[in-house]
Amino acid sequence: MGALRRERVSTPGGIALAAGRPVRTRGGRHGLVGGIAAHPLFRHPLLIGFAWFMFYPLAWMVTASLRPDAAINNFSLWPGRDFTLANYARAWQGVAGVTFVRLFLNSLVVAAATVAGNLLSCAMAAYAFSRIDFKFRGTLFSIMLVTLMVPYHAVLIPQYLMFRQFHWLNTFLPLIVPKLLATDAFYIFLLTQFFRSIPTELDQAAHIDGAGHLRIFCTIILPLSVPALATAAIFSFIHSWNDFFAPLVYLTRTANFTLPLGLRAVGDSSAESAFGALFAMSVLSLLPVIGIFIAFQRLLVEGIATTGMKG
Amino acid sequence: MKHGQAGKRRFSRQRVADNVAAYLFLSPFLAGLVAIIAGPMASSLYLSFTDYGGFGLPEWVGLENYARAFGDPRMWTAARVTVTYTATAVPSVVLFALLLATALNRGVGFLPVYRAVFYVPSLIGGSVAVALLWRQVFGATGLLNHALNLIGIQHQTSWIGSPSTALGTLVVLQTWQFGSAMVIFLAGLRQIPRSYYEAASVDGAGRFQQFVFITLPMLSPLILFSTVMAMIGALQAFNAAYIISGGSGGPADSTLYFTLYLYQQGFVNFQFGYASALGWLLILTIATATAALITGTRRWVHYGESA
Repeated sequence: MGALRRERVSTPGGIALAAGRPVRTRGGRHGLVGGIAAHPLFRHPLLIGFAWFMFYPLAWMVTASLRPDAAINNFSLWPGRDFTLANYARAWQGVAGVTFVRLFLNSLVVAAATVAGNLLSCAMAAYAFSRIDFKFRGTLFSIMLVTLMVPYHAVLIPQYLMFRQFHWLNTFLPLIVPKLLATDAFYIFLLTQFFRSIPTELDQAAHIDGAGHLRIFCTIILPLSVPALATAAIFSFIHSWNDFFAPLVYLTRTANFTLPLGLRAVGDSSAESAFGALFAMSVLSLLPVIGIFIAFQRLLVEGIATTGMKG
Repeated sequence: MKHGQAGKRRFSRQRVADNVAAYLFLSPFLAGLVAIIAGPMASSLYLSFTDYGGFGLPEWVGLENYARAFGDPRMWTAARVTVTYTATAVPSVVLFALLLATALNRGVGFLPVYRAVFYVPSLIGGSVAVALLWRQVFGATGLLNHALNLIGIQHQTSWIGSPSTALGTLVVLQTWQFGSAMVIFLAGLRQIPRSYYEAASVDGAGRFQQFVFITLPMLSPLILFSTVMAMIGALQAFNAAYIISGGSGGPADSTLYFTLYLYQQGFVNFQFGYASALGWLLILTIATATAALITGTRRWVHYGESA
C-alpha cells in the first residue's frame, strides 16, 4: 500500500512557511468553482444553502420528535402549537420492557471498555513501532497496515464460532476483548504517526539516566501524546457507539441490547403510528456523538487530517 | 577486557533487551493478530471447503461452495449491487469532497465553522438512527416526496420501496458523508505552495487550468488514498441496507449488498461453509480492487520531487 506511506502530501510547503508566506490563506482567484460562485457575496449564500439542504432532514427529525404522531406529515421545522414531550416519555420506556437507560448504559459500558482497550493496546504497539528498533519491525508494520483491508465479515464466522465455544454469546466480551488486543490497526497507525513526531533526544536522555522502555513509555511518550490519545479515544468511542453489525451478531437478548439494536427493534415493530417515539429515541442516541463533536471538534478534524482516515 | 569488546557486548545486550521489550509491547497486538485476524482468516478458508451447519464436525466438500457461489444467481445479484453501489458512491463522495474543499480553501470566512458543519454527517451517517431517518425521508409520504410536491412534481411512490431507486437512496446517504474526505483534502490543499499558482498565473493559466495542472496533481496522492479507503469501506457496507430493507436486501434484492447476503447465509440459514466461501471471495475482491486501483493510477499520481 504505497499510498499509506505518504499520508501527507510531500510538497515544499515547509519552504513556503519558512519564507514567511501565508500558506493558510490563498488569494481568491484559484479553483474549480469560478466566476459568480467565487465571489464572496455569492459564496456564503451558496454554502449556507447547501448546508441547509444537507441538514434539513436532521433538523426535521428533531422537530418531528417534538410533535404528536398524527403530525408526521408536517414538514416544517417549528413544532409550534403541536409541541409535546410525550414522545420522549415514550422513548424513555425503551423497547420490550428494557428501558432506554438500560440500553444507553449497555452502549456506554461497551464504548468505555472499547476506548480503554484500544488506547492501551494500540499505544503499546505504536510505541514499539515508533521507538524501538527490533527484528521484523518493517514486516510487522506492513502486516498491520494490511489488516486495515481485511473485511470484518470475512473473519466473523470463525470468530463467532470461537466465542460461542467460550460461552461468550450474549455477553459484551466478543465486542470488548478484540479491542484489548489492538485489532483496530487504524489507531495503531494514528498513534505511531504521532509518536514518531516526538524528538528521540528525549528518550535518549532518559535512557542514559537509566530509564527502561516502560518508564520512557509511561513518563515521556504518553504524557506528550495526550492530543493523539484523545483523538483516538474520541474516534474509538464514536465508532463503538454507532456499531451495529457486531452487536447484531453477538447480542440476541433484549436486556443486553446496545442502543443501535434497541433502535432497530423499535423501528421494526413500530408502524407509522409510533414515529415520534422512534425519532425521540434516535435524537437521544445521536446526542452523545454530537456533544463529543462539539466539545472536541478541533482534535477530530486534526486527527483525520494527519492520518488521512476516518475512524 | 578490552574496551571495544565491552562496547560490542553491551551493544548486543542492548539489542536483545530492545527486542524483548518490543515484543512485550507488541504482545497484545500479536495475540490479536493471531487469535482475532489471521487465525479466523485461516479457519474461514478451511470452512469454505466444508459443509458446516454450526454443530458437529465440518464435512469436507472441496470446491463445492465456490462452484455453488459461481452458479448462484443471488450471489451475482449481490455482487452486481455491491459493485454498482461502490462505483457510484465512491466517485460521488470524492467529487463532493473535492468540490467543497476547493470552494472552502480560498480564504473563505468562517472556514472552521463550515468545515465542522460539513463534517458532522461523517460521524453519524453510519448510525442506525440516521438509517431510520433515511427510511422516512425517502418513504412514500416522506420528506422528499413532500418537497417534490411543493415544486410541482407529483411523486407518490416510495423511493425505498421501488427496486429501481432503493440503491440510489443508499448512494445519497453515503455521499451525504463526504465531510471526512473533504477535511483531508483541505489539509492537503494548504500544503500546496502559493507560488505555484502565482507562476501559473504569470504564464497565463486560468483558474480551470490551474485546478487541472496544479491542484489535481498535487492532491493526487490524497485523492487516491481517499478513493482506496472509501472503496474498501463501500465494498463492506452493511448497516444502512440492513436497516432500510429490514434485513432482506429488498425490494427485489435491489439493496442486497454482498455482506448482507453473506450475513443471511451465515446467520439466518446457518450455512457457515458457504458463507465462509463468500467471505473469501470478498477478501479476494477487495485485495484485487485495491491493487488494481493503486497500480492502475500510478501514472497519474504525483508524489512530489522527493519521491
